[in-house]
Amino acid sequence: MTVYDVKRRAFGEDAWSFPADDEALPQGPAAITKARFLRDRETLLARNAPLGLVLVAGETFDGIENDLNRFDLIALKFLRYADGRPYSLARLARERHGFKGKLRAIGDVLRDQITLMLRAGFDALQPTHEGTIAALRDGKIVTVDHYFQPATREEREEGGYAWRRRPA
Amino acid sequence: MYRYDEFDQSFVLERVAEFRDQVARRLSGELTEDQFKPLRLMNGVYLQLHAYMLRIAIPYGVLSSRQMRKLAHIAREYDKGYGHFTTRQNLQFNWVELARIPDLLAELAEVEMHALQTSGNCIRNVTADHFAGAAADEIVDPRPYAEILRQWSAIHPEFTYLPRKFKIAVTGAPHDRAAVQVHDIGLHAVRGPGGKTGFAVYVGGGQGRTPLIAHKVRDYLPEEDLLAYCEAILRVYNLEGRRDNKYKARIKILVHEKGKAEIAAAIEAEFAQLKGKTLNLPEADVQAISAYFAPPSLEQLAATSAALETAKAANKALERFVRHNVTAHRNAGYGVVTVSLKPIGEPPGDATAAQMEVVADVAERFSHSEIRVSHEQNLVLPHVKLDEIPALFAELAKHNLATPNAGLVTDIIACPGLDYCALANARSIPVAQRLSERFADIARQEEIGDLKIKISGCINACGHHHVGHIGLLGVDQKGKELYQITLGGSADEHTSIGEIIGPGFPTDKVVDAVEAVIDVYLGLRKGPEENFLDAYRRVGAEPFKAALYADA
Amino acid sequence: MSKAAKPFRPVAITANDLRSGIVVFRTETGDWVKDATRAEIALDPAKAETLLAAAKLDHDRNIVVEPVAVAFDPESRLPVLLRERIRAQGPTVAIPGSV
Repeated sequence: MTVYDVKRRAFGEDAWSFPADDEALPQGPAAITKARFLRDRETLLARNAPLGLVLVAGETFDGIENDLNRFDLIALKFLRYADGRPYSLARLARERHGFKGKLRAIGDVLRDQITLMLRAGFDALQPTHEGTIAALRDGKIVTVDHYFQPATREEREEGGYAWRRRPA
Repeated sequence: MYRYDEFDQSFVLERVAEFRDQVARRLSGELTEDQFKPLRLMNGVYLQLHAYMLRIAIPYGVLSSRQMRKLAHIAREYDKGYGHFTTRQNLQFNWVELARIPDLLAELAEVEMHALQTSGNCIRNVTADHFAGAAADEIVDPRPYAEILRQWSAIHPEFTYLPRKFKIAVTGAPHDRAAVQVHDIGLHAVRGPGGKTGFAVYVGGGQGRTPLIAHKVRDYLPEEDLLAYCEAILRVYNLEGRRDNKYKARIKILVHEKGKAEIAAAIEAEFAQLKGKTLNLPEADVQAISAYFAPPSLEQLAATSAALETAKAANKALERFVRHNVTAHRNAGYGVVTVSLKPIGEPPGDATAAQMEVVADVAERFSHSEIRVSHEQNLVLPHVKLDEIPALFAELAKHNLATPNAGLVTDIIACPGLDYCALANARSIPVAQRLSERFADIARQEEIGDLKIKISGCINACGHHHVGHIGLLGVDQKGKELYQITLGGSADEHTSIGEIIGPGFPTDKVVDAVEAVIDVYLGLRKGPEENFLDAYRRVGAEPFKAALYADA
Repeated sequence: MSKAAKPFRPVAITANDLRSGIVVFRTETGDWVKDATRAEIALDPAKAETLLAAAKLDHDRNIVVEPVAVAFDPESRLPVLLRERIRAQGPTVAIPGSV
């Protein structure tokens, strides 16, 4: 039970494998690095199983923008929770490149960041922090749900000004 | 001024609840200090030299009497009876207990205030001209835009974990009192084609260990694009700003390393994608926010006040106060009054709870309950009838709040320095106090004229020494406090970074050194109308170096 | 090139109390007190390490934050550096309104 699905509001088993670059791809859904994708693009796209992409903070979609929707999963790794680049990448994947698949946040995620992640377009979370896992499992996240800016997630326009939002 | 609606109020209360939960988790041990630190910082809580310090946001420096009274109450109930107004128009309490901060924040929320984003690597409290909405030279009131930016930046889902902190300043007068060119984003509101409001946009200014003046990336940004353009700048910065070295992580370094042209192009490319979409700023919304900042109902009065003139003739102290601490108001018969938090020999920017209450009272009586905090660490009463200045002056004077020194040599900016700050290398306040005492004679201050001395206790430059006409930077040299002198800095529309004049001075010599600099100026100026900065710009550093290092 | 080892200077352990944030010093009995002169002073490196390790346990037990060893003068029973003396004794300027 390692991955939290936002829509189902529950943890589930991870159907994806994350092979190293020099490892053969296993059967079933597999997520690979950008380097491997660029190296073996044709073979990978011809493969008859769901394909995922893993990006580490600092990497970008440069050069693969038009391929994003060939992936069923994009997993963005937070190196440190203070490194906020994946928030921008998530928004770009969804808003700029129209990515429709699962967007997963992996890493040392604190529960206090979860609302930000969801608003930035993530819909799956793979936290390592015990407290965060417990809080998600028990639905004990204390957070703010009045927002002062449009974001990626679908939300209601509410609050009297164009920039304000509430959860849908 | 802006008033919270239900939405704002719910937001702030939710945030207090969230922080209460975070503090409880920290105290119970669920969160380690490493995990808690960014969370507390995002709520303005630092661990300083002596205790926790709470920095409260005063959005663009605007306060009401009611809010000021609450701050006085907090000073008494949660602190040691005083607070420190900062160079970012905020207020710091130095002695708060972590366990009580959630209650303190709940009290603040009662008066529509918070401590949100006064620290951390996020978009910080937006600052603005402290004379906004009152100054005679104002073209556009910056406050509605500062308020819109405050709202837009609140817990922004994309820009809360930036490479480093991010400061936005807005001004709307030709004379820049908000120092926009030393901010990450500086917005200078102007009237464009057809009288429409827009902004000259500056990016990449800042002080700290690498002082850089911002580059102008737009001469005119239409009002409706304000948020989209800021989002574009922030996105470029969030993705490309350096994260390998804390000291090179500000946007100024990114702009400096990549060059203005490349950054401007990146911003424009991102902006082209965002323009005209969800972040478009509707005119109706700008008007609705602007309505909160409609001027109070002021009377039609004669430009000069017979009552004030008579009182001035009889009272030299009042005459001086008016000359130095009252600025022209856009409305005839009114003045903008600076309440000095720089009494001779006192710590710059500190106010006791009792003084806060006095200011709240006089604001209520004389200034439509409005107060401003200036980045120069003074308070401002923006709408005072000239007729009533004598009564106001008398009341302020009783509480040591009427020192007639606004803009003069004793109107010193100083960071808290080593007396309070965990980052400082040297003390700032005692140096400010001794300088203030050295130049206490008001006649001498008047002879010297406009002069901005700014003191920082470390290279982070919270005391803005880089942009002081005379700047002092405290450093630690083998356990001894040493002060470097910079000359020629300025943070207005002709921004310049001060030049280091030579080796630093020990604490017992630095006041003499500053006096020597001022004596050189007095000796070489063309006349009293040539102020220190102009004279320095004319003659350069040499005469000052010669005087300071004659024996070397 | 290896640097010559610095001569050891006596140290005491200081931190901030987690709840209140105030500056505290660690005594011989392992208590944390405001009064710097009651701090236990380590006169040799091994003792300094023992004391700091014990202080770090108190950090992990969420009693104090940021425990550090600071150079301490056994005569005056106060820290050596100006910064640490200010931490121990409070600001060198009067608290506004206190006079």
